[in-house]
Amino acid sequence: MTPAVLAALVGAALVGLGLYGLIVHPHPLRKLLAFNLVGSGAFLVFGMVARRGAAAGLAFDPVPQAMVITGIVVAFAASALAVALVLRLFATSGRVDLDPRVWTRPDDDSSTS
Amino acid sequence: MIDGAETTQGGDLLVLAVLLPVAGIIFSFVLGGRYAERVSICLAPLGLVLACAVAAAVAHAGKPLAYAIGGLPPPLGIALRADGISATMLVAVAIIVSAAFLYARAKFDTPERIKETRSALTFWILLQAVWAGLTIIVLGGDLFSLYVALEVMTFAAVPLVCIDGRPETLVAALRYLLFALVGSICYLLGVALFYGSYGTLDIALLAQKAGPNLVVWVAASLMTAGLLAKTALFPLHLWLPPAHANAPAAASAVLSGLVVKGSFFLTLRIWFFILPTLPAVGPSTVLGLLGSAAILVGSALALRQPRLKLLIAYSTVAQIGYLFLVFPLATGAHVWSTIGWSAGVMQVLAHAFAKAAMFFSAGLLAESLGHDQIGRLKGAARALPLTFVTLGLGGLSLMGLPPSGGFSAKWLMLRASVASGQWIWSAPVLVGGLLAAGYVYRILTPALGDGEITLKSPPQRGREVIALALVLIALALGFMPPGFFDFIEIGRPLAAGRPA
Repeated sequence: MTPAVLAALVGAALVGLGLYGLIVHPHPLRKLLAFNLVGSGAFLVFGMVARRGAAAGLAFDPVPQAMVITGIVVAFAASALAVALVLRLFATSGRVDLDPRVWTRPDDDSSTS
Repeated sequence: MIDGAETTQGGDLLVLAVLLPVAGIIFSFVLGGRYAERVSICLAPLGLVLACAVAAAVAHAGKPLAYAIGGLPPPLGIALRADGISATMLVAVAIIVSAAFLYARAKFDTPERIKETRSALTFWILLQAVWAGLTIIVLGGDLFSLYVALEVMTFAAVPLVCIDGRPETLVAALRYLLFALVGSICYLLGVALFYGSYGTLDIALLAQKAGPNLVVWVAASLMTAGLLAKTALFPLHLWLPPAHANAPAAASAVLSGLVVKGSFFLTLRIWFFILPTLPAVGPSTVLGLLGSAAILVGSALALRQPRLKLLIAYSTVAQIGYLFLVFPLATGAHVWSTIGWSAGVMQVLAHAFAKAAMFFSAGLLAESLGHDQIGRLKGAARALPLTFVTLGLGGLSLMGLPPSGGFSAKWLMLRASVASGQWIWSAPVLVGGLLAAGYVYRILTPALGDGEITLKSPPQRGREVIALALVLIALALGFMPPGFFDFIEIGRPLAAGRPA
């Protein structure tokens, strides 16, 4: 087993663990952490799988590395946005719960615009 | 020489179309405050003119436009491309975004005497960002740029949901974001597999190289699953109704009419442009079944909603289901697949215009009545006649009654299912139409009945006319000349199966 294959397998395992956490845990912060685990796994797999894509026969292909860096920036932005939403939710309502039933009042009379 | 790799005549228009909304975002940031609104309103007509110019150039050339960024053609560089369907989408996006800008002025206006608000600035910038993301999605020629565009669109759409900051809107936005994030990671894994196998992500190059092997199947499945989460196809639709029903009406219209179509458009790109030759009977049957389930479940839930905006949002879930019938009805190079393709594009357009108009009307209704409870609408049509005309005509298109774009779409779907011998797909189309009639009557029957209604604020003619104009476009789609259906075939691989 070469190091590359090992790294790719670790990446795949991270994706699996992250997906499990994402589905099982109800709390949004835990879901966010699980998403980051999936993301790290995906970036690892991307780096390893796409390395073989050096069409010109070079030992390394810089394009997938650039893509992974872009992906990391996107995932970071997403995490920041999610944390901001969670913080704002806690600040306005005092609790953090994703279950929609918690938020529907019995006689929902709220006006919307 | 690869077709569509070099810059063609008129390719510069594509760059301008992408740069325009992005420039708008930057100007809005730099000028700040009350200028964001003016920048948006000034750029929208320019965007519409550019979109029409792109469509005219594609129609004139009879083949896709392309622009190689920086003069580097793929596989080294990145290309922008506009074929028939992307030019059509570009025009639709420009029209609906312009209408949303005009409609939103009443709520997010920032005249000189009023203090600037953060929510107004955010709203204008985010709506321009959604516009920018959608533009890159329809014009992008490379799977990774499309990923970035998809994220730009999502990160702009999520805060639009919770712009008024109520806790339930924040929860809706958070759920939307989590679904979207899982979707984008699945998409990215598929991109990695494509790059690993073929060393390129350019759509035209991949279309030549990709064949039916295990890696392609896994990559396509991952990307499709991710995009389904973003498109809110049943059973991944759970995030959509609260998100779309809680956003401000101008944002709901764009989210429901356009944003879900962005990720659907990428699904079309994968199956009809990269992998058109794949023997995809199995996957397209699965997508068709999920679509049928979405039609039934979405319509049935719409029948039970207490609030008008929630009803319209569940109707979106159902109408998204129709979109996915395009997969069994248009896959392959058959004579009938052209009909299926026309049906799918027509459904995208008809739903976009009709649904945007209905959300606009629902917003006006909620502002005038102070609520949008369907049970308390008795006699409301007398107080707000124009709003209910718009709701009724939009409903006409959703049901698929002539003359409307919705009727054309459903009629073409029925014709394709009969011509292809796949009778089974006509069942969800017909049942969905009946259920849609049910939920539209739920709105109209009490409103047209007797009852005393006190208006909190008088009806706003100008905004009612904007909604009416959109719904009239949805009806006019029913009268599209045959030339339009030739136009949307431009650049589609396997379009050769057309009847002469």
